Amino acid sequence: MKYASMRNKTRRAIDNLAMSPAPELIRRLRAFLPSDAVLYDTEDLKPYECDGLSAYRQTPMIVVLPQTEQQIIQVLQLCHETHTPVVARGAGTGLSGGALPHETGILMSLAKLNRILEIDPLARTARVQPGVRNLAISDAVKSYGLYYAPDPSSQIACSIGGNVAENSGGVHCLKYGLTVQNILKLRVLTIEGELLEIGSEALDSAGLDLLALMTGSEGMLGIVTEIIVKLIPVPEKAQLVMAAFDNIQSAGNAVANVIAAGIIPAGMEMMDKITIHAVEAFLHAGYDLNAEAILLCESDGAAEEVADEIARINAIMKSSGATGIRTSRNEAERLSFWAGRKAAFPAAGRVSPDYYCMDGTIPRKHLGQVLSGIEALSKHYGLRCMNVFHAGDGNLHPLILYDANTPGELEKTEEFGGKILEMCIQAGGTITGEHGVGMEKINQMCLQFKTDELEIFHGVKAAFDPQNLLNPGKAVPTLHRCAEFGAMHVHGGSEKFPDLPRF
Amino acid sequence: MQTIIDQITAILRTAAERGQALHIQGGGSKAFYGHPRAEAAELLDITPYQGIVNYEPTELVITARAGTRLSEIESILREQGQMLAFEPPHFASTATLGGCVAAGLSGPRRASAGAVRDFVLGVRMLDGTGRDLHFGGQVMKNVAGYDVSRLMAGSMGTLGVLLEVSLKVLPLPAAENTISLEMNAAQAIKQMNQWAGKPLPITATCHVDGQLYIRLSGAETAIRAAQVQLGGESRADDDTFWHALREQTHPFFQPAAPLWRLSVKSTAPEYHLPGKQLMEWNGALRWLACQNDANNEDSDSAAHIIREAAKAAGGHATLFRGHRHATPVFHPLTPGLLSLHRRLKQQFDPAGILNPGRLYPEF
Repeated sequence: MKYASMRNKTRRAIDNLAMSPAPELIRRLRAFLPSDAVLYDTEDLKPYECDGLSAYRQTPMIVVLPQTEQQIIQVLQLCHETHTPVVARGAGTGLSGGALPHETGILMSLAKLNRILEIDPLARTARVQPGVRNLAISDAVKSYGLYYAPDPSSQIACSIGGNVAENSGGVHCLKYGLTVQNILKLRVLTIEGELLEIGSEALDSAGLDLLALMTGSEGMLGIVTEIIVKLIPVPEKAQLVMAAFDNIQSAGNAVANVIAAGIIPAGMEMMDKITIHAVEAFLHAGYDLNAEAILLCESDGAAEEVADEIARINAIMKSSGATGIRTSRNEAERLSFWAGRKAAFPAAGRVSPDYYCMDGTIPRKHLGQVLSGIEALSKHYGLRCMNVFHAGDGNLHPLILYDANTPGELEKTEEFGGKILEMCIQAGGTITGEHGVGMEKINQMCLQFKTDELEIFHGVKAAFDPQNLLNPGKAVPTLHRCAEFGAMHVHGGSEKFPDLPRF
Repeated sequence: MQTIIDQITAILRTAAERGQALHIQGGGSKAFYGHPRAEAAELLDITPYQGIVNYEPTELVITARAGTRLSEIESILREQGQMLAFEPPHFASTATLGGCVAAGLSGPRRASAGAVRDFVLGVRMLDGTGRDLHFGGQVMKNVAGYDVSRLMAGSMGTLGVLLEVSLKVLPLPAAENTISLEMNAAQAIKQMNQWAGKPLPITATCHVDGQLYIRLSGAETAIRAAQVQLGGESRADDDTFWHALREQTHPFFQPAAPLWRLSVKSTAPEYHLPGKQLMEWNGALRWLACQNDANNEDSDSAAHIIREAAKAAGGHATLFRGHRHATPVFHPLTPGLLSLHRRLKQQFDPAGILNPGRLYPEF
């Protein structure tokens, strides 16, 4: 993401170094960590001040780079004893500020725990450390005809530990599931440094489903040191239908018609006109520039299954009013159709100095209304917005285009984004489908959940981490914060946008 | 319907004040499962809170009240060509959605499609203090807040009273066919795992009485192609067979007790334990039907041996039917996990009134 010139929220903890607990902590950390695994000079800390959401920055007090589980245990015991906050970080590709450092805390990078420990091709599992890159797992097991299914768009870089923390999805998750459906077991360290084995090598485990609770918990409950992931067979064949539509609603109906026909596509992606134009200018993928929306619908599986599905998908696109349909004739063509969709983010970076990626999910039937709502907001704020949509599962990624060098534009963008999330809640959806709450959407959590529900979340947190030392301040807002946000949010009891469609 | 919620809320508040244990019950179809109802527990009947709240086939989501019968839900889905892909066992016609989620049991399709918890998208529930709470929602992807809705699956009613559940549903396969091949258990374990690693449309497996049964699902052409590849004999009675397996009406399950459920790594070698065995889920689920003549001491030591065997294969063992004496139903937790379970219980049900002891005697 491009945020080169953005507001810098950095505060200078370093100025207070004399009074800070840092020197004593550094001394104790260096007693069990090599000197190059404890960073505290401002220039060394700089690369860690933000994750993929670089609008939010904070210099950590100390960065540690442990290499073994034993070292992590010692770091946690020290943090627990000294009441020092600790934030875990994988590859730092997250888009919600979940790995934003704490100003008086330790940032623990798990990047050095990057080994694939065991591959069991017959049982179709791999045991990996948290710093292993998502795609590295599939690469390592390719020769067995297997792969790891969840494929977030950052899969070249993002780490599996981060995927567990965020419950990452990807373009294939309607058919193959999210992270939570594709992992079997975790080794987890509590803030006290105690080891818990959560899940099992079987398909379920005794007691409460803590594996589900841990997945997507954004580093708030424990530190994951090992993961057993499920592997599935690489499909024999994959084929893609690309259909153009002259209005968004018809494209939305086509998606519903595919599902109604009993087809679960391997991937189903939609792009709106502004996105089509941006990627076509960038990549020349052969997209129809007259289209208001393009649908990409993929089928995978046994060759006969794919042939059957592709024929049916073609017929459905036609009867749903597609103005143009192309079916990939070979693997190269399939990848070239996908290339445009995959280039949507970089394309946004080409047509605008900066962009801000949102991540709401809605019931698909409200797509038309939500997109009109976004269009109205786009006019209101005078900011363009590209829409890419995981159409199969209702996950919408509006990309708001702006220029951080124009004074006030980032603030306007953030407000615009907040309004989109509120629309998603009103449509019966959620403020985050796959990027997590982190720091970014913490205020909108106050709108999606009631006080009682937030209290349960705080209760869950307290059951794991009573002193609130693991990634404090993220994911779940304090009730106090919600009270303040509520007061700011409602102006004299009236809605700020009375004309917007509400559902 | 709000009146019923108000009544349940009032019962919960009073019970919490008095420390009165409650036994949450839907259709009672799985009353045999888990530790028995605490003697002093009063019955909290959820069946009046029933009915479909929302079902939109093209959104692939159904929301229903906890007291709704599973059979009603499945028949409405079937009319639209859809299904609960985790194939939950009913065990009686009275089985409800709430009981299905609370027990967390899945059927033959589990290894290919996923378990109950994989299909839970959201819940509305009352906690042990009577607070009305919503978690998750009706959309496929939702990572706002901790995943409390999936935590409810298999929690045996210890964390809250489920009111409504939203589930992801899937289309029924266009066609299904079952083949059978003669082989012993060791061969079957190897074969099931090898085939599971190939792109084949296998949606259920079972090994019993020297036969391996494989269900294929999907387009007719794909099933035919797979059948050529796998060989074996095509069977005419396939629906009946898988239904009998799912509902445990298959003759294997008839000498009912004690019945052990070993959930293990799918490649775990064949167990040489006393009793008959049946395998499902590519080998990841092993049923062990024991003889019923053991005295107390023998049954405790048998339990120990079975549990050690399951643990050694990376899994756990449940005394599924025929609980008696001191043998715990569910695999004992490590001290660290047990203490975490108790702290979570404390957050959801501080007075300890919801199904106490049903999951573990300690809470």
